[in-house]
Amino acid sequence: MSDTTDTGGPVLAADGTPLKRSLARALRRQKLRALMLIAPLLLFILISFILPVADMLYRSVKNGIVADTLPRTVVAIADWDAESGDLPSEAVYAAMAADLKEAAAAKTHTKVGTRLNYENPGIASLFRKTGRKAKKFDIEGVASWKDELIDINKDWGDIDNWRTIQTYSPRVTQGYFLNAVDMRVGTDGAELRPEAERIYMNLLGRTLWMSLAITVCCIILAYPVAWILANLPMRKANILMILVLLPFWTSLLVRTSAWKILLQQQGVINDILVWIGLVDDSARLVIINNQFGTIVAMTHILLPFMILPMYSVMQTIPPSYLRAAKSLGATDWTAFWRVYFPQTVPGIGAGSILVFILAIGYYITPALVGGTKGTFISNQIAFHISSSLNWGLASALGAILLAVVLVLYWAYDKIVGIDNVKLG
Amino acid sequence: MALPPYATTGQRVWHYTFRVICGLIFFFLIAPIVVVIPLSFNSQDFFTFTKEMLSFDPAGYSLKHYRDFFGNPDWQDALWNSIKIAPAATLLSVSLGTLAAIGLSQPHVPARRAIMATLISPMIVPLIISAAGMYFFYSRIGLAGTYWGVVLAHAALGIPFVIITVTATLVGFDRSLTRAAANMGADPVTTFFRVQMPLILPGVISGALFAFITSFDEVVVVIFVGSAKQQTLPWQMFTGLREQISPTILAVATILVAISIALLTTVELLRRRSERLRGMSPG
Repeated sequence: MSDTTDTGGPVLAADGTPLKRSLARALRRQKLRALMLIAPLLLFILISFILPVADMLYRSVKNGIVADTLPRTVVAIADWDAESGDLPSEAVYAAMAADLKEAAAAKTHTKVGTRLNYENPGIASLFRKTGRKAKKFDIEGVASWKDELIDINKDWGDIDNWRTIQTYSPRVTQGYFLNAVDMRVGTDGAELRPEAERIYMNLLGRTLWMSLAITVCCIILAYPVAWILANLPMRKANILMILVLLPFWTSLLVRTSAWKILLQQQGVINDILVWIGLVDDSARLVIINNQFGTIVAMTHILLPFMILPMYSVMQTIPPSYLRAAKSLGATDWTAFWRVYFPQTVPGIGAGSILVFILAIGYYITPALVGGTKGTFISNQIAFHISSSLNWGLASALGAILLAVVLVLYWAYDKIVGIDNVKLG
Repeated sequence: MALPPYATTGQRVWHYTFRVICGLIFFFLIAPIVVVIPLSFNSQDFFTFTKEMLSFDPAGYSLKHYRDFFGNPDWQDALWNSIKIAPAATLLSVSLGTLAAIGLSQPHVPARRAIMATLISPMIVPLIISAAGMYFFYSRIGLAGTYWGVVLAHAALGIPFVIITVTATLVGFDRSLTRAAANMGADPVTTFFRVQMPLILPGVISGALFAFITSFDEVVVVIFVGSAKQQTLPWQMFTGLREQISPTILAVATILVAISIALLTTVELLRRRSERLRGMSPG
């Protein structure tokens, strides 16, 4: 048993170093070379993509503007107790007057007003109106700034306004996120907004619901097509495949504009329906600028993303399985449902997650054919970036959307594996 | 797939119904794209078939919308901008992407899965989020509203496609070929350009075409990151569709469909060539 000859030392490589160390070094060098090849791209993605997204996420909690514009007030108001029911002390008012004077000179008082207005509608005009007079403030010459400010605008005597200023004086805030989930900071912590003001959660719900509807439509339409592509002879299947790949390669805007043209009230579909006599000329269907239009157009646009993964799974299922099931006495339906269908589930799963991920973040198509009822959360994010300029809220909504997508991405990686994504 | 001679009537009916259903779905896929083409030759400013067009009266057809596209400086500027941005973005993503894909296909790469997930993420993250982040960040470093800002953004969006197609080609690459080349005295650079590159070229080119179409087609990011000076063709179409919808869009759409047919054909031919090179039967 134990007659293996011991050479007395480690195995040596040709140059005399122990083989183990020599191998480890070679492995290390190999790893290093691979990383060197990847490094430029990783750096590029980091700067051009990851950092911008991280920057946006930071914006959703960033709140430097109050502390930057009203530095004295922020310090002075820190130990004021809003629950006491008393207005802040004289010192706070004096600090506010001094800050306003400086802010008005730098013309930043309206910005802080706009920021606070997101949380407390109406406060912007208080800052704007007071700011007009603030340039001429004589900080030392007024005995009671409390009386003076309330005299200029009675809203300075409103505890709610001071509470807003105090709540939003820290540099980091959860205010945007609360806003994004239809909550606000009330007298005792976070609370839900009144029913009529809850927009974002409804919108997120609608986005999820419509993405799900689109995914289901895609599954229903893609299944027969994938089946026929996988079971036809190669030559015929290749020709039909072109009909799937052409929409895949056609510009998104071309497909969206085609739907916009087809679905119009004076468009081709309504014309055909009127011509057949199904619809009266005076009662043309409204099938655009609503949820129906968005679902139809997006199902068409995302259908190839469902067909391709299903097809690649179905291709691997030997047709003899179905014949075997039938020869053992199964009916057509049983053979399909008990033998064929379970094997296609991975394809359905992969396609569904992909379509759902793509659908949930869509912007262009809902913006063009969705009207007001068929828009997605992306459209609201775009609105806050380019029109209302409430970047913090846009970032918070974006962060929520990103979280949903990343969870799905993680699930996709677990189930399908990112390495197995195929194109075309 | 063919109907067996012993099929019952029910099976026959289902067989043909199923084919009709599939036919309808294929029609749904292709009709919206095809319908745009004849409509673009409309001599009227309508978005539907006129009586003259349905009776094939030559007076119902004209090249009016194409003349408008080629004569209108707005559309020409947009076309020119697209032509300037897309190749630069493609070149950037293909050169960096191919290098990284080769690195990723080495046998020992630490944290391979995490790196792959990071590199693919621009494809998964909703465009509006990428657009918002890039808009905020690029304005801060002075890239927003510049040509290079848009190129950088589009290159980032194209990278996942290059990575996916090139790594897929490298799976079938016989690594002993590079060892053989090294054995015969070729240095790594020569090995790469003379041995590896010609074999993975089909994958690289189809990755490049994907990156190109991504940039050429992209509208959300360019709207936020670009300025009026970088107005691309899709952007112009988007504004056109949103504001006053003009039939010129139909002519542009037809031209873009022609371009996508050309790209699709190229990619298909390349895929077959690549599979032939690897000794697989072209599917």
